[in-house]
Amino acid sequence: MRKLFNILLVIGLVASVTGCFDKAKPNYQYFPNMYEPVGYEAYQKTDAFRSGGEAQLPAEGSVARGFLPYEYPDTNEGYDLARSSLINPLDSIWTEDDMATGKELYGIYCAICHGNKGDGQGTLMKREKFLGIPNYKDRDITEGSIYHVLMYGRNAMGSHANQVNEKERWQIARYVMKLREDLE
Amino acid sequence: MPERSDVNFHFCMNKVNHRHSILTFKSILLAFLLTLSTSIFAQDETVEANAGDGDPVKGKSLFNANCAACHKLNKKMTGPALANVEARLAEEQGLDREWLDAWIRNSAGLIATGDAYANQIYNEYNQAAMTAFPQLSDQDISDILAYTAAPPPAPPIAATDATAAQSEGTSGISNNLILGALVLVLGLLIYALFTVTRLLKRVAEANGVEAEMPKSMPLWKAFVKNEFLMLVSAIFLLLAAGYFGYGYLMQVGVDQGYEPVQPIHYSHKIHAGDNKIECKYCHSSARVSKHSGIPSLNVCMNCHKNIAEYAGEEDLENGYTQEFYTNEIKKLYKAVGWDEENQRYTGETQPVEWVRIHNLPDFVYFNHSQHVEVAGVECQTCHGPVEEMEIMYQYSPLTMGWCINCHRETDVNLKDNEYYAKIHEELSKKYGVEKLTAAQMGGLECGKCHY
Repeated sequence: MRKLFNILLVIGLVASVTGCFDKAKPNYQYFPNMYEPVGYEAYQKTDAFRSGGEAQLPAEGSVARGFLPYEYPDTNEGYDLARSSLINPLDSIWTEDDMATGKELYGIYCAICHGNKGDGQGTLMKREKFLGIPNYKDRDITEGSIYHVLMYGRNAMGSHANQVNEKERWQIARYVMKLREDLE
Repeated sequence: MPERSDVNFHFCMNKVNHRHSILTFKSILLAFLLTLSTSIFAQDETVEANAGDGDPVKGKSLFNANCAACHKLNKKMTGPALANVEARLAEEQGLDREWLDAWIRNSAGLIATGDAYANQIYNEYNQAAMTAFPQLSDQDISDILAYTAAPPPAPPIAATDATAAQSEGTSGISNNLILGALVLVLGLLIYALFTVTRLLKRVAEANGVEAEMPKSMPLWKAFVKNEFLMLVSAIFLLLAAGYFGYGYLMQVGVDQGYEPVQPIHYSHKIHAGDNKIECKYCHSSARVSKHSGIPSLNVCMNCHKNIAEYAGEEDLENGYTQEFYTNEIKKLYKAVGWDEENQRYTGETQPVEWVRIHNLPDFVYFNHSQHVEVAGVECQTCHGPVEEMEIMYQYSPLTMGWCINCHRETDVNLKDNEYYAKIHEELSKKYGVEKLTAAQMGGLECGKCHY
């Protein structure tokens, strides 16, 4: 009887020690107030704002530092206007580095659907997650229209304005035009 | 057909000395050809019966290449659902094929003529202009319409899935069977041993042999009396306690393996692994800022506006069925306020309370862009095989020793870095090395990370 009791005791002890490790919970900390930030962390929950989070939308109409307002409206007329009149401001200062950056960014943000060559044969297309992605050479596009579509999205494509900034959008636009030339 | 005739030829050669069999062969061939031709005609007939003069198979590839960006067959997308569009338009709107041709080739032109239904549909779908397809021939449009009227049966994916699951199931069953058999054999062995001892005892009793054990000291008493043994085991116990105690104290505050339950079951395995989406597509701020960032939901919607259902592989063992994943996509729609039926945002959003996994103490500064853009470190170097993680967890310990170790071992890329060429040269001279590590560049200075 005592033997049984001893065995149970050992099992209980082991269970109580190992049972504390729960991978869904963070570990203990020595001095939590050295670890936990005093200021707000990105996306942190807080009562300071009505929305309950640290991340806030900018006020309507505000323009971030280093950004310029984009004045073409998100309509078909705006698209046509951008296609015919919007010009790449990097034209005069364009370097080979810009093309390399454009290529790198294209690889990250565009190639997954549009394909590395711009022929519409990206991985998502091949895996039939997305269908009907056009070949660039079948579309009458200009750098201005590419910039516009990156800005607002078009049809099934969403806006990528929050992933690439103004300069990067122009770098991508030029690289896409280069791909289009290569396809023809 | 060349292969088949080839086979026939060999058949013929083998039997060439038997005139009779050649005759049989000829008649068989004739019969075969006859059946073949009738089956071809039969096929033609079914196609015609199904879809007028179009070829639905060609239509499918045309549809996928030209239309599917904005149209699905049975579901609204950027444009209306297109299943049976020709019949539907004829019945509901009294519009014929001519109208469809005009619309497909130049929808903007048709709208401009003031056509009532053209304008109605244009306004109904948020004035999204349909791309003009002047390059489609009459035959092409017939093919596409044939496809929308009667899409050819999809390849039996479900069936193969089922068989795959079944084969998995059978392998599981066979494993269980083997295990069960082993347990059975073991049980039989134990039973046999017991019966043998019982038998031997009985034999011994019958022969009058007393199987009595000599009375001796209990083991623990003997152990206590042996002082040397006591000393050794005491030292051993102390060392072991020290080792484990130290180990326990050292892991306090280290969250390696931390794997919290997230409000939406987002699978990195499906997104980064199966679909090979770049890490930086979603975590775009890793390129330019301190934080790698949890993507805002509009980034999810860049794809999930179109992908409303999961149609990939399932993991039945863990309960990750297609339905389960589809349900998770619905959670996203709810949070972002996407009205799937009408394909528009409702404006009613609610934040997704993701649980942050990688936390550095507040007294450490770490910058993603410095590592990702400048140093060109792969995400996987620190975050592990994320593309294989169904549930994201912390792969690295994120301790200071771990940081320092990497800084000591990592060579800095000195090529094509003219701006720093001079300082690189001076540092190389100072340390007398060809390649500089991050540590030699100042990567061990306290103030770089603690300030």
